[in-house]
Amino acid sequence: MALLEVNNLGVSFVTRNGTNRAVDDVSFTVESGQITAIIGESGSGKSVACYSLLGLIPQPPGRIDSGQALFGGRDLLQLPEAELRKVRGRDIAMVFQDPMTCLNPYMTVGKQLVEPLRYHQKTPAAQARRRALELLQEVGIRDPESTIDNYPHQFSGGMRQRVMIAMALINEPQLLIADEPTTALDVTIQAQILQLIAELQRKRDIGVIFISHDLAVVADIADQIVVMQEGKIVESGDRTGIFRHARHPYTQKLLAAIPADSKAGATLSPEPLIQVRHLATWFGQGRKQEPVKAVNDVSFDIRRGEVLGVVGESGSGKSTIGRSLLRLVPVTAGQVLFDDTDVTQLKGRALKDMRRRMQIIFQDPFASLNPRMTVYDTLAEPLLLHGIENRSSVARGVLKLMDDVGLARNFVRKYPHEFSGGQRQRIAIGRALATHPEFVVADEPVSALDVTIQAQILDLMLALGREYGLTMMFISHDLAVVRHIADRILVLYRGEIVEQGTGHELFENPQQTYTRELLQSIPGRSLLQ
Amino acid sequence: MSDASITDIAQAEQGTSLWHDAWLRLRRNRLALFGLGILVLFITIALLTPWIAPYGYAEQNLDLGASGPSAAHWLGTDIFGRDLLTQIMYGGRISLAVGFIATAVALLIGVTWGAVAGYVGGRVDAVMMRLVDILYALPFMIFIVLLMVVFGRNLLLLFLAIGAVEWLTMARIMRSQVQTLRQQEFVEAAVSLGLSPSTIIRRHVIPNALGPIIVYTTLTIPSVMLLEAFLSFLGLGIQPPQTSWGLLISYGAETMEEYPWLLLFPGLALTLTLFSLNFLGDGLRDALDVRGSRD
Repeated sequence: MALLEVNNLGVSFVTRNGTNRAVDDVSFTVESGQITAIIGESGSGKSVACYSLLGLIPQPPGRIDSGQALFGGRDLLQLPEAELRKVRGRDIAMVFQDPMTCLNPYMTVGKQLVEPLRYHQKTPAAQARRRALELLQEVGIRDPESTIDNYPHQFSGGMRQRVMIAMALINEPQLLIADEPTTALDVTIQAQILQLIAELQRKRDIGVIFISHDLAVVADIADQIVVMQEGKIVESGDRTGIFRHARHPYTQKLLAAIPADSKAGATLSPEPLIQVRHLATWFGQGRKQEPVKAVNDVSFDIRRGEVLGVVGESGSGKSTIGRSLLRLVPVTAGQVLFDDTDVTQLKGRALKDMRRRMQIIFQDPFASLNPRMTVYDTLAEPLLLHGIENRSSVARGVLKLMDDVGLARNFVRKYPHEFSGGQRQRIAIGRALATHPEFVVADEPVSALDVTIQAQILDLMLALGREYGLTMMFISHDLAVVRHIADRILVLYRGEIVEQGTGHELFENPQQTYTRELLQSIPGRSLLQ
Repeated sequence: MSDASITDIAQAEQGTSLWHDAWLRLRRNRLALFGLGILVLFITIALLTPWIAPYGYAEQNLDLGASGPSAAHWLGTDIFGRDLLTQIMYGGRISLAVGFIATAVALLIGVTWGAVAGYVGGRVDAVMMRLVDILYALPFMIFIVLLMVVFGRNLLLLFLAIGAVEWLTMARIMRSQVQTLRQQEFVEAAVSLGLSPSTIIRRHVIPNALGPIIVYTTLTIPSVMLLEAFLSFLGLGIQPPQTSWGLLISYGAETMEEYPWLLLFPGLALTLTLFSLNFLGDGLRDALDVRGSRD
């Protein structure tokens, strides 16, 4: 018998704009000793489906319309709240996306770990603590004796996620629900956590539901895959079935969106557009404390017309480099020669003219647009500022930009909050291109987007790059994406360049240990080979 | 060609701005609408007073003396036989003017000060905000009393004095708003477009910081009006023959036992205005809270 059997589950949300059917006739099973991955984009209902099993969606506005969820012979959906509370945390445990917000910052990790044990099984304190220590050891926390009484902020992101997993496992649940447990983590840490989950699952022979937006992430660990779109299951099956013989067009689209190929080496002019020499950007130069050396003595060239990829994990200084080139953060030392002009020395009028020639596209399309300005205002602003269009011709300029980035002209008087993430990113790209820049820094421009949208935006950027003759610096934590778009790649680690080369060179023959480690962490690399 | 594109834009679907969205939400709040209605009514009356007041401003009828509400004098008369309704209408002009103008002064100084301090940051910020701290530390009543004593009582000075006290909080709110906004990517994008700091503050920062400021404004107006009433009550504010609600209440309180309506009606006018502003402020806070907007 299956560990969990969900039949015809239907969940709706009643909002002031009508009823929204979030989960529609969803059925799936989870076997003991298997990992079932539920894949879908934001809004596909993948999280709602799992949360509703545990009574974790707010009702109202949520409403469970139909279905049953059989777990150990009982229907979870029919259990009274008091019974369900016993199931939660004891028989079924959860691991959430953001380990920072899920741990109470005012309680030591040890106290939080033993809480479920004390609550559900009334275990004596000393015994619970021993159990907690064992588990911390098991999830790979070094020296648990000395760290168990630390507070959450003293752990790194990956370590916090390990603590969360330990907490979920402390009552020996039969089913673990992991909701995007690696999305907030760096690639190398992500690989470790994925491995840990797979190991623990095998060892304990429990069932795991792994919720993710990214098919590649689960490629190496899932036994069963369920693909959801708009509240419905469009396809499900075992891993090889899905990856080798996907039938539904949406699954095929998801698979195609995994950037697999290296960009073909284009013939580039060897002439550099930008020469960076001994660039250093330090933060927090208080008189007493040591400054944070975000970028430390970095030198490289960006050739005219190339796409230079910059990869590294959080804290590697990759975003700071981009912002330093554009003078968005104060540079501590070094030169940035743009067409032989040192950008770091420019002031006033000359700086304004230089700003026209280089632009930036940000990661979060929700934060990068002024919420009080229409598309028209947003796009017209740079056109008028730099005298590219005058008052009478600016409307035409705005519409041309909208055409270029693939936004319907009809949207011109709409506000950012009325657009989806992908559409907003198109507006942001339009704004960056408005000044006809020669150089664009794209800082994680697709990381906040759904996988299928990512592919569209990447293609758009490549096409526009050719059309506008752009030189681009593409910053990302995602090696697969960078390999797809970049001609050359810089690998950053702690503010310094550890390796650089073409995508092909780097992937086939990495010279540095750190680069090799990064490459091995790419999720779903079994698919790439 | 250019004409064609302009018509395109004119025909394009009009988006819902966040302001419009907030208005839609405010419209569903009955209490806030009631407050808004009362305020509009009072302001209209105040503006039209010289034309619609039933009696002259200083018209006395000493024979009549203090009399209760009647057909000729709806709200009665004071001890000099002056029509109370007329007095309240003229008093309302002063009270509302003090409330709105002093708040406007506070708004202008506070928003600019806070926005500059928050946006520029660093040493400028430190100096500007320390100044605010120092002014905060002065006992403001003494400050106002001193001003009144030194410069004599006049209406303009009253506006300035109250405004000068109220802008401090406004500046602090604005500064904290701007500090969060300054790190937003759309402000960084504006910098990278080459916009000047003053344009960025004006076009990208202030409009996005206005929500809390508007709410605070609707709560400042009543406190300013109360302050004026208080000062007038103490004999430091408005001087007769000019009058204000605070002054009327002060006189009414003196003769409360014999002629209760002289206290009741001005008090009612002030209370109603304060309630309306508070309802409106509450409603605006809910309406402008973006977290509640997307369900």
